Amino acid sequence: MLSRTAQIRLVSSHPEVYDPCDDSFALVDALLADRANLLEHHPSICMEVGCGSGYVIASLALMLGKESSDCYFIATDINPHAVGVTRKTMEAHGCHADLVTTDIASGLEKRLAGLVDVMVVNPPYVPTPEYEVGQFGIASAWAGGENGRSVIDKILPVADKLLSDKGWLYLVTLTANNPSEICLQMMKKGYASRIVLQRSTDEESLHIIKLWRNLDTQLEDGILTGFFAFSHGQITCAFRGRWKQSQI
Amino acid sequence: MRLLTHNMLSSNIKGVTNGFPLLIEVEKVVEKQVDFNEDFLRNMFPKIEWKALVEASRTMGYTELPENAESSMLDSDEFLRKFHHALIELHLEEGALVCPETGRKFPVNKGIPNMLLHEDEV
Ligand SMILES: C[S@@+](CC[C@H](N)C(=O)[O-])C[C@H]1O[C@@H](n2cnc3c(N)ncnc32)[C@H](O)[C@@H]1O
Repeated sequence: MLSRTAQIRLVSSHPEVYDPCDDSFALVDALLADRANLLEHHPSICMEVGCGSGYVIASLALMLGKESSDCYFIATDINPHAVGVTRKTMEAHGCHADLVTTDIASGLEKRLAGLVDVMVVNPPYVPTPEYEVGQFGIASAWAGGENGRSVIDKILPVADKLLSDKGWLYLVTLTANNPSEICLQMMKKGYASRIVLQRSTDEESLHIIKLWRNLDTQLEDGILTGFFAFSHGQITCAFRGRWKQSQI
Repeated sequence: MRLLTHNMLSSNIKGVTNGFPLLIEVEKVVEKQVDFNEDFLRNMFPKIEWKALVEASRTMGYTELPENAESSMLDSDEFLRKFHHALIELHLEEGALVCPETGRKFPVNKGIPNMLLHEDEV
Protein backbone atom coordinates (compact mmCIF):
# COMPACT_ATOMS: atom_id res chain seq x y z
CA MET A 1 0.00 0.00 0.00
CA LEU A 2 1.19 3.50 -0.71
CA SER A 3 2.29 5.40 2.35
CA ARG A 4 -0.13 8.02 3.57
CA THR A 5 2.52 10.19 5.15
CA ALA A 6 5.91 11.40 4.02
CA GLN A 7 8.73 8.98 4.71
CA ILE A 8 11.49 10.27 6.93
CA ARG A 9 14.20 8.77 4.73
CA LEU A 10 12.86 10.83 1.81
CA VAL A 11 12.65 14.07 3.80
CA SER A 12 15.55 16.37 2.94
CA SER A 13 17.46 18.22 5.60
CA HIS A 14 19.80 21.14 6.08
CA PRO A 15 21.71 22.28 9.17
CA GLU A 16 19.61 25.43 9.37
CA VAL A 17 16.22 23.82 8.75
CA TYR A 18 13.92 22.34 11.39
CA ASP A 19 13.82 18.54 11.09
CA PRO A 20 10.48 16.81 11.61
CA CYS A 21 9.95 16.51 15.34
CA ASP A 22 7.19 15.60 17.84
CA ASP A 23 5.17 18.66 16.86
CA SER A 24 5.41 17.83 13.14
CA PHE A 25 4.30 14.25 13.83
CA ALA A 26 1.45 15.44 16.02
CA LEU A 27 0.19 17.72 13.26
CA VAL A 28 0.39 14.98 10.64
CA ASP A 29 -1.36 12.52 12.99
CA ALA A 30 -4.11 15.08 13.52
CA LEU A 31 -4.51 15.47 9.76
CA LEU A 32 -4.55 11.68 9.33
CA ALA A 33 -7.22 11.35 12.00
CA ASP A 34 -9.27 13.91 10.07
CA ARG A 35 -8.46 12.37 6.69
CA ALA A 36 -11.98 11.19 5.87
CA ASN A 37 -13.26 14.73 6.42
CA LEU A 38 -10.44 16.19 4.37
CA LEU A 39 -11.28 13.90 1.46
CA GLU A 40 -14.92 14.92 1.64
CA HIS A 41 -13.89 18.57 1.87
CA HIS A 42 -12.44 18.48 -1.69
CA PRO A 43 -10.00 21.31 -1.09
CA SER A 44 -8.85 23.11 -4.21
CA ILE A 45 -6.12 25.13 -2.51
CA CYS A 46 -4.04 23.83 0.42
CA MET A 47 -1.42 26.02 2.03
CA GLU A 48 1.28 25.59 4.64
CA VAL A 49 2.84 28.54 6.43
CA GLY A 50 6.31 27.75 7.79
CA CYS A 51 6.90 24.54 5.84
CA GLY A 52 10.39 23.78 7.22
CA SER A 53 11.50 20.38 5.90
CA GLY A 54 8.28 19.90 3.93
CA TYR A 55 7.31 16.85 5.98
CA VAL A 56 3.83 18.17 6.74
CA ILE A 57 2.78 19.42 3.32
CA ALA A 58 4.19 16.30 1.65
CA SER A 59 2.18 14.18 4.09
CA LEU A 60 -0.94 16.20 3.41
CA ALA A 61 -0.52 15.72 -0.33
CA LEU A 62 0.05 11.97 0.12
CA MET A 63 -2.89 11.40 2.42
CA LEU A 64 -5.22 13.18 -0.01
CA GLY A 65 -4.04 10.61 -2.56
CA LYS A 66 -5.77 10.85 -5.93
CA GLU A 67 -7.73 13.83 -4.66
CA SER A 68 -4.50 15.81 -4.33
CA SER A 69 -3.81 15.96 -8.06
CA ASP A 70 -6.79 18.33 -8.49
CA CYS A 71 -5.54 20.51 -5.68
CA TYR A 72 -3.12 23.43 -5.66
CA PHE A 73 -0.48 23.22 -2.91
CA ILE A 74 1.43 26.28 -1.86
CA ALA A 75 3.90 26.66 0.99
CA THR A 76 5.90 29.50 2.50
CA ASP A 77 8.76 29.86 4.93
CA ILE A 78 10.73 32.86 6.11
CA ASN A 79 13.90 30.75 5.92
CA PRO A 80 15.12 30.41 2.30
CA HIS A 81 16.91 27.14 3.11
CA ALA A 82 13.65 25.64 4.36
CA VAL A 83 11.84 26.42 1.14
CA GLY A 84 14.63 24.73 -0.84
CA VAL A 85 14.50 21.67 1.40
CA THR A 86 10.71 21.47 1.07
CA ARG A 87 11.06 21.42 -2.69
CA LYS A 88 13.41 18.44 -2.51
CA THR A 89 11.15 16.64 -0.05
CA MET A 90 8.14 17.15 -2.30
CA GLU A 91 10.05 15.95 -5.36
CA ALA A 92 11.27 12.84 -3.52
CA HIS A 93 7.62 11.96 -2.87
CA GLY A 94 6.48 12.73 -6.40
CA CYS A 95 4.45 15.73 -5.23
CA HIS A 96 4.55 19.40 -6.11
CA ALA A 97 3.96 22.59 -4.16
CA ASP A 98 4.50 26.15 -5.23
CA LEU A 99 7.03 27.67 -2.87
CA VAL A 100 7.67 31.22 -1.79
CA THR A 101 10.25 32.58 0.63
CA THR A 102 8.30 35.15 2.60
CA ASP A 103 7.10 36.34 5.97
CA ILE A 104 3.89 34.35 6.64
CA ALA A 105 2.00 35.02 3.38
CA SER A 106 3.29 38.45 2.48
CA GLY A 107 2.92 39.00 -1.27
CA LEU A 108 0.22 36.32 -1.49
CA GLU A 109 -2.44 37.91 0.69
CA LYS A 110 -4.06 39.95 -2.02
CA ARG A 111 -4.57 37.23 -4.61
CA LEU A 112 -5.13 34.31 -2.26
CA ALA A 113 -7.67 36.17 -0.11
CA GLY A 114 -10.67 33.95 0.49
CA LEU A 115 -9.32 31.09 -1.61
CA VAL A 116 -7.52 28.75 0.79
CA ASP A 117 -9.58 25.68 1.73
CA VAL A 118 -7.03 24.04 4.03
CA MET A 119 -4.24 25.80 5.90
CA VAL A 120 -1.75 23.98 8.11
CA VAL A 121 0.63 25.75 10.46
CA ASN A 122 3.23 24.49 12.90
CA PRO A 123 4.49 27.88 13.98
CA PRO A 124 7.43 28.87 16.15
CA TYR A 125 5.61 28.56 19.50
CA VAL A 126 8.30 28.33 22.18
CA PRO A 127 8.21 31.20 24.70
CA THR A 128 11.45 33.16 24.26
CA PRO A 129 12.71 36.69 24.70
CA GLU A 130 11.08 38.88 22.06
CA TYR A 131 14.36 39.75 20.30
CA GLU A 132 14.90 36.10 19.34
CA VAL A 133 11.81 36.10 17.10
CA GLY A 134 12.31 36.28 13.35
CA GLN A 135 16.08 35.84 13.44
CA PHE A 136 17.44 34.20 10.37
CA GLY A 137 18.29 30.54 10.39
CA ILE A 138 17.18 27.81 12.70
CA ALA A 139 16.21 30.05 15.64
CA SER A 140 13.20 31.31 13.68
CA ALA A 141 11.89 27.75 13.73
CA TRP A 142 10.96 27.86 17.39
CA ALA A 143 11.39 31.36 18.83
CA GLY A 144 7.86 32.53 19.63
CA GLY A 145 8.43 35.55 21.87
CA GLU A 146 6.20 36.27 24.85
CA ASN A 147 4.08 33.20 25.69
CA GLY A 148 5.23 31.89 22.32
CA ARG A 149 2.46 33.97 20.75
CA SER A 150 4.35 36.57 18.68
CA VAL A 151 4.25 34.76 15.36
CA ILE A 152 0.95 32.96 16.05
CA ASP A 153 -0.76 36.30 16.67
CA LYS A 154 0.48 37.56 13.31
CA ILE A 155 -0.61 34.41 11.52
CA LEU A 156 -4.21 34.39 12.81
CA PRO A 157 -5.41 37.55 11.01
CA VAL A 158 -3.66 36.40 7.83
CA ALA A 159 -5.39 33.03 8.06
CA ASP A 160 -8.70 34.81 8.54
CA LYS A 161 -8.05 36.76 5.37
CA LEU A 162 -6.91 33.81 3.25
CA LEU A 163 -9.35 31.11 4.29
CA SER A 164 -12.30 30.50 2.00
CA ASP A 165 -15.84 30.30 3.37
CA LYS A 166 -15.36 26.58 3.81
CA GLY A 167 -11.71 26.97 4.87
CA TRP A 168 -10.11 24.99 7.70
CA LEU A 169 -7.04 25.93 9.71
CA TYR A 170 -4.98 23.36 11.61
CA LEU A 171 -2.65 25.02 14.10
CA VAL A 172 -0.06 23.53 16.45
CA THR A 173 -0.02 25.15 19.87
CA LEU A 174 1.54 24.59 23.26
CA THR A 175 -0.25 24.93 26.61
CA ALA A 176 1.93 28.00 27.24
CA ASN A 177 0.41 29.63 24.13
CA ASN A 178 -2.99 29.58 25.85
CA PRO A 179 -4.89 27.71 23.12
CA SER A 180 -8.24 28.40 24.78
CA GLU A 181 -7.61 32.11 24.44
CA ILE A 182 -6.73 31.60 20.76
CA CYS A 183 -10.03 29.79 20.20
CA LEU A 184 -11.92 32.52 22.02
CA GLN A 185 -10.24 35.25 20.01
CA MET A 186 -11.08 33.47 16.77
CA MET A 187 -14.61 32.83 17.96
CA LYS A 188 -15.11 36.57 18.06
CA LYS A 189 -14.22 36.59 14.39
CA GLY A 190 -16.81 33.92 13.73
CA TYR A 191 -14.77 30.75 13.98
CA ALA A 192 -15.66 27.49 15.62
CA SER A 193 -12.82 25.37 16.92
CA ARG A 194 -11.96 21.95 18.21
CA ILE A 195 -8.88 20.36 19.69
CA VAL A 196 -8.27 17.53 17.23
CA LEU A 197 -5.28 16.09 19.03
CA GLN A 198 -3.59 16.53 22.36
CA ARG A 199 -0.23 14.98 23.11
CA SER A 200 2.19 15.35 25.97
CA THR A 201 5.85 14.70 25.36
CA ASP A 202 8.67 14.86 27.90
CA GLU A 203 9.09 18.54 27.27
CA GLU A 204 5.78 19.94 26.18
CA SER A 205 2.06 19.50 25.93
CA LEU A 206 0.88 20.00 22.36
CA HIS A 207 -2.61 20.87 21.20
CA ILE A 208 -3.56 20.75 17.56
CA ILE A 209 -6.50 23.08 17.03
CA LYS A 210 -8.78 22.96 14.03
CA LEU A 211 -10.60 26.21 13.27
CA TRP A 212 -13.31 26.83 10.71
CA ARG A 213 -15.73 29.57 9.90
CA ASN A 214 -18.98 29.04 11.67
CA LEU A 215 -21.36 30.56 9.16
CA ASP A 216 -24.29 30.45 11.59
CA THR A 217 -22.35 32.79 13.82
CA GLN A 218 -21.90 35.33 11.10
CA LEU A 219 -25.53 35.31 10.14
CA GLU A 220 -26.71 36.34 13.57
CA ASP A 221 -25.53 39.87 13.95
CA GLY A 222 -23.61 40.43 17.14
CA ILE A 223 -24.47 37.07 18.61
CA LEU A 224 -21.84 34.41 18.88
CA THR A 225 -22.81 30.80 19.05
CA GLY A 226 -20.46 28.92 21.23
CA PHE A 227 -19.76 27.03 24.35
CA PHE A 228 -16.46 26.46 26.06
CA ALA A 229 -15.65 24.04 28.81
CA PHE A 230 -12.27 24.17 30.46
CA SER A 231 -10.87 21.31 32.42
CA HIS A 232 -7.34 20.80 33.65
CA GLY A 233 -5.99 23.37 31.24
CA GLN A 234 -7.42 21.38 28.37
CA ILE A 235 -10.28 22.73 26.33
CA THR A 236 -13.17 21.08 24.72
CA CYS A 237 -15.14 23.44 22.60
CA ALA A 238 -18.59 22.53 21.45
CA PHE A 239 -20.72 25.01 19.65
CA ARG A 240 -24.19 24.95 21.05
CA GLY A 241 -24.70 27.54 23.71
CA ARG A 242 -25.47 31.07 22.70
CA TRP A 243 -23.49 33.93 24.16
CA LYS A 244 -23.88 37.58 23.53
CA GLN A 245 -20.68 39.15 22.30
CA SER A 246 -20.64 41.48 25.30
CA GLN A 247 -20.46 38.55 27.65
CA ILE A 248 -17.21 37.27 26.18
CA MET B 1 8.54 29.25 -10.31
CA ARG B 2 5.51 28.34 -12.36
CA LEU B 3 3.37 31.09 -13.83
CA LEU B 4 0.62 29.91 -11.49
CA THR B 5 2.76 31.17 -8.59
CA HIS B 6 3.41 34.41 -10.43
CA ASN B 7 -0.33 34.87 -10.84
CA MET B 8 -0.77 34.69 -7.05
CA LEU B 9 1.99 37.17 -6.13
CA SER B 10 1.78 40.93 -5.72
CA SER B 11 4.29 43.48 -4.55
CA ASN B 12 4.11 43.64 -0.76
CA ILE B 13 6.10 46.82 -0.24
CA LYS B 14 4.53 49.28 2.16
CA GLY B 15 2.60 52.01 0.40
CA VAL B 16 2.36 50.27 -2.97
CA THR B 17 -1.24 50.31 -4.19
CA ASN B 18 -0.90 48.72 -7.58
CA GLY B 19 1.44 45.81 -7.03
CA PHE B 20 -0.07 43.33 -9.48
CA PRO B 21 1.06 41.80 -11.72
CA LEU B 22 4.76 41.75 -11.03
CA LEU B 23 6.87 42.16 -14.16
CA ILE B 24 9.15 39.29 -15.01
CA GLU B 25 12.84 39.61 -15.71
CA VAL B 26 13.96 36.44 -17.40
CA GLU B 27 17.41 34.93 -17.02
CA LYS B 28 16.54 31.29 -17.44
CA VAL B 29 13.30 29.53 -18.34
CA VAL B 30 12.87 25.78 -18.10
CA GLU B 31 10.01 23.62 -19.30
CA LYS B 32 8.92 20.66 -17.22
CA GLN B 33 6.38 18.24 -18.52
CA VAL B 34 3.50 17.70 -16.12
CA ASP B 35 0.62 15.23 -16.40
CA PHE B 36 -2.41 16.90 -17.90
CA ASN B 37 -5.25 17.20 -15.39
CA GLU B 38 -8.45 18.76 -16.58
CA ASP B 39 -10.06 18.99 -13.12
CA PHE B 40 -7.10 20.90 -11.77
CA LEU B 41 -7.33 23.38 -14.64
CA ARG B 42 -11.07 23.78 -14.13
CA ASN B 43 -10.50 24.42 -10.41
CA MET B 44 -7.87 27.04 -11.09
CA PHE B 45 -9.38 28.84 -14.07
CA PRO B 46 -11.79 31.08 -12.08
CA LYS B 47 -8.97 32.01 -9.71
CA ILE B 48 -6.57 33.15 -12.45
CA GLU B 49 -6.10 36.73 -13.60
CA TRP B 50 -6.08 35.95 -17.28
CA LYS B 51 -4.41 39.08 -18.62
CA ALA B 52 -1.52 38.69 -16.19
CA LEU B 53 -1.04 35.08 -17.32
CA VAL B 54 -1.03 36.06 -20.99
CA GLU B 55 1.55 38.79 -20.44
CA ALA B 56 3.72 36.61 -18.23
CA SER B 57 3.72 33.73 -20.71
CA ARG B 58 4.72 36.11 -23.50
CA THR B 59 7.63 37.38 -21.46
CA MET B 60 8.65 33.76 -21.06
CA GLY B 61 8.50 33.26 -24.82
CA TYR B 62 5.15 31.47 -25.13
CA THR B 63 2.66 33.31 -27.33
CA GLU B 64 -0.14 30.79 -27.85
CA LEU B 65 -2.61 31.97 -25.21
CA PRO B 66 -5.65 33.86 -26.49
CA GLU B 67 -5.95 37.50 -25.41
CA ASN B 68 -9.22 36.84 -23.59
CA ALA B 69 -10.69 33.74 -22.04
CA GLU B 70 -14.01 32.71 -20.55
CA SER B 71 -15.15 29.55 -18.86
CA SER B 72 -16.94 28.19 -21.94
CA MET B 73 -13.50 27.78 -23.52
CA LEU B 74 -12.70 25.07 -20.98
CA ASP B 75 -14.66 22.70 -23.24
CA SER B 76 -11.98 23.02 -25.89
CA ASP B 77 -9.18 20.52 -25.55
CA GLU B 78 -6.86 22.77 -27.50
CA PHE B 79 -7.46 25.65 -25.12
CA LEU B 80 -6.94 23.43 -22.07
CA ARG B 81 -3.59 22.18 -23.41
CA LYS B 82 -2.33 25.72 -23.89
CA PHE B 83 -3.62 26.83 -20.50
CA HIS B 84 -1.95 23.79 -18.91
CA HIS B 85 1.37 24.55 -20.58
CA ALA B 86 1.43 28.24 -19.67
CA LEU B 87 0.20 27.75 -16.12
CA ILE B 88 2.31 24.88 -14.83
CA GLU B 89 4.89 23.73 -17.37
CA LEU B 90 6.79 26.97 -17.88
CA HIS B 91 9.14 27.73 -15.00
CA LEU B 92 11.16 30.81 -14.31
CA GLU B 93 14.29 29.16 -12.95
CA GLU B 94 16.47 32.26 -12.60
CA GLY B 95 15.48 35.90 -12.85
CA ALA B 96 13.48 38.43 -10.91
CA LEU B 97 9.99 39.73 -10.27
CA VAL B 98 9.77 43.49 -10.49
CA CYS B 99 7.32 45.67 -8.58
CA PRO B 100 5.36 47.59 -11.24
CA GLU B 101 5.17 50.68 -9.05
CA THR B 102 8.60 50.99 -7.44
CA GLY B 103 10.84 48.88 -9.68
CA ARG B 104 12.05 46.91 -6.62
CA LYS B 105 13.30 43.51 -7.71
CA PHE B 106 12.41 40.29 -5.95
CA PRO B 107 14.97 37.64 -6.90
CA VAL B 108 13.99 34.23 -8.22
CA ASN B 109 16.77 31.71 -7.62
CA LYS B 110 16.60 28.00 -8.32
CA GLY B 111 12.96 28.54 -9.20
CA ILE B 112 11.96 30.07 -5.86
CA PRO B 113 10.82 33.69 -5.51
CA ASN B 114 12.03 35.58 -2.46
CA MET B 115 9.49 38.17 -1.25
CA LEU B 116 11.31 39.07 1.97
CA LEU B 117 11.41 42.82 2.54
CA HIS B 118 14.02 45.06 4.07
CA GLU B 119 13.07 46.73 7.32
CA ASP B 120 12.34 50.08 5.69
CA GLU B 121 9.92 48.47 3.22
CA VAL B 122 7.57 46.86 5.74
C1 LIG C 1 8.29 24.55 14.21
S1 LIG C 1 8.93 24.77 12.59
C2 LIG C 1 7.85 23.72 11.66
C3 LIG C 1 8.43 23.18 10.38
C4 LIG C 1 7.58 22.15 9.65
N1 LIG C 1 6.33 22.71 9.20
C5 LIG C 1 7.33 20.97 10.54
O1 LIG C 1 6.20 20.86 11.04
O2 LIG C 1 8.23 20.17 10.75
C6 LIG C 1 8.40 26.42 12.17
C7 LIG C 1 8.73 26.90 10.78
O3 LIG C 1 8.17 28.20 10.59
C8 LIG C 1 9.09 29.03 9.93
N2 LIG C 1 8.77 30.42 10.25
C9 LIG C 1 9.05 31.11 11.38
N3 LIG C 1 8.58 32.37 11.31
C10 LIG C 1 7.97 32.48 10.10
C11 LIG C 1 7.30 33.55 9.42
N4 LIG C 1 7.16 34.75 9.99
N5 LIG C 1 6.82 33.32 8.18
C12 LIG C 1 6.97 32.10 7.59
N6 LIG C 1 7.59 31.06 8.18
C13 LIG C 1 8.09 31.24 9.43
C14 LIG C 1 10.44 28.57 10.43
O4 LIG C 1 11.48 28.94 9.55
C15 LIG C 1 10.22 27.05 10.52
O5 LIG C 1 10.56 26.41 9.33
